[in-house]
Amino acid sequence: MSTADDGDAAWGAADFIELDGVEKVFDVRRKTGFLRREKRQVRAVDGISFRVPRGEMVGYIGPNGAGKSTTIKMLTGILTPSGGRLRVAGIDPSKERTRLAQRIGVVFGQRTTLWWDLPLKDSYRLMRRMYRIPDDRYAANMARCTELLDLGELLDVPVRQLSLGQRMRGDIAAALLHDPEVLYLDEPTIGLDVVSKSKVREFLRDLNAERGTTVLLTTHDLTDIEQLCKRVMVIDHGRLVYDGALAGLHEVGESERTLVVDLERELPPIRTPLARNVKVEGPRQWLAFPASVSAAPLVAELASAYPLLDLSVREPDIEAVIAKMYAGGADAGTGARIG
Amino acid sequence: MRGVRVRWRLYALVAAGSFRRYATYRVATAAGVFTNTVFGFILAYAYTALWDQRPGLGGYDLAQALAYVWLGQALLAAASLMGGGFEDELMERIRTGAVVTDLYRPADLQLWWLAADLGRGAYLLLGRGVAPMAAGILAFDVALPPEWWMWAAFLASVLLGLVVSFALRFMVGLSAFWLMDGTGVAQMSWLAAMFFSGMLLPLTLFPGLLGEVARAMPWSSLLQVPVDVYLGKRTGWDLVAAYAFQAGWAVALLTLGRLVQGAATRRVVVQGG
Repeated sequence: MSTADDGDAAWGAADFIELDGVEKVFDVRRKTGFLRREKRQVRAVDGISFRVPRGEMVGYIGPNGAGKSTTIKMLTGILTPSGGRLRVAGIDPSKERTRLAQRIGVVFGQRTTLWWDLPLKDSYRLMRRMYRIPDDRYAANMARCTELLDLGELLDVPVRQLSLGQRMRGDIAAALLHDPEVLYLDEPTIGLDVVSKSKVREFLRDLNAERGTTVLLTTHDLTDIEQLCKRVMVIDHGRLVYDGALAGLHEVGESERTLVVDLERELPPIRTPLARNVKVEGPRQWLAFPASVSAAPLVAELASAYPLLDLSVREPDIEAVIAKMYAGGADAGTGARIG
Repeated sequence: MRGVRVRWRLYALVAAGSFRRYATYRVATAAGVFTNTVFGFILAYAYTALWDQRPGLGGYDLAQALAYVWLGQALLAAASLMGGGFEDELMERIRTGAVVTDLYRPADLQLWWLAADLGRGAYLLLGRGVAPMAAGILAFDVALPPEWWMWAAFLASVLLGLVVSFALRFMVGLSAFWLMDGTGVAQMSWLAAMFFSGMLLPLTLFPGLLGEVARAMPWSSLLQVPVDVYLGKRTGWDLVAAYAFQAGWAVALLTLGRLVQGAATRRVVVQGG
């Protein structure tokens, strides 16, 4: 990144984003009767700690209302934490929002920063002024985004006439013209078709690989996470219930792989201590076994005892794992590696 | 000083963008011109009847009263004398939570919307002001400024009026942070604007204390003051006093708006998302 460094070299590469026991408490007033109101506190974020090193791409997931967007708003400085310590690039976001804004990019999938009634390129000119982007950087970044995000034909089109996928690509470009060191993406693929989704993902992967941009990605689409992030954080009820490798989620969620067995003929359900029989459909049977265990002993046992035609192993569905985690609430995370 | 220096070029670009944004709606502009012209004719005939009965009413002769009518039509859209403008959009953005994108921008919320509203006002002054005014001058014996420079003095007063109008409506828009649905406030705001700007009747017609109060309120900056400048009723030090009156309200209301903005963003519970 060639962004001017303000000289705060004090923070190390390991701590680009730092959260220590960050809380956000909202006062919610609810009408309980005529002229009577009840004041209730909602802990949208309830003591979250994590660190994201420079150049990492992290998935930040959780069910609706878990506190994802609140966290992102605190990271941009729009919301002030009620407690705890929060730093991005060594800056306290809520105190120096404007200074930080020069170094971060934000894309809210369900909102747009683009000028609705005007051609796309007008919004980019505005970004250039707003972020004081030097002419050569602006030209280079425009050329790059135009090419990689396929914006060439769209620049003269009013934003309101763009499709959702086109608009999203336009918004991503708008967030990147000033060379942000970190990019927050709040549901960048929401509502997009498969082709648009894969375009966006490909672009983000390249951005992270080539420029070392730190990316924090909030999504409901777990394919985004699987394809982009090595590390994933799961938040529920304002607490971090998991922080670690994507693969590790399976262990925590006690997920299972499935062995699909095709037999020569219809047989009674297979019984074995190594797996549990999930389904029988004619000569085909489904056996579930823990994801952390090798399939080899099970396959060996079946091969010696049954007339097999074919075998295939299905990987666990990450969505099911996470759904299980959400359903279990905070307890599901007791075995997780936190922070 | 970074951050303290006003970023004129950025806000100029915002204003220019807003100007072009409104310029894209040509049919709406044409419809507006038509409406303003029709209402101008109706009011002009009513005023003619009134001034025939009571010549010199409110200190205006008939030609001046007709100028009042047509200037009112010309400024109606630009100065939002009957509501409408950015504040509806701001309230909608607050209600839906889209205001987050306004807040995290490295730009000032109030100046941003001021620039956008001035761009809008400039377009509406040209797009919806010039044609009805020209129609009025052609069809009626409308008083023109006694001196050519009064056109310029008039435009300066209009600009100050637009800023006052913005400052009032900015607070109306921000009310959505507390009320969620600011429709009621917006309606009160445009009723006040219509009455106290002098859109309904020149404020010089109001008798006694009501007149005194109405002329001292900020809304008179939107129409009454610019019209008097146009008609050459305020010259010399009196013109300076007119500008000072408008600028004083502009500064006071913008400052108040800034305080409200501070309170709003402190308590912000951005909706949804």
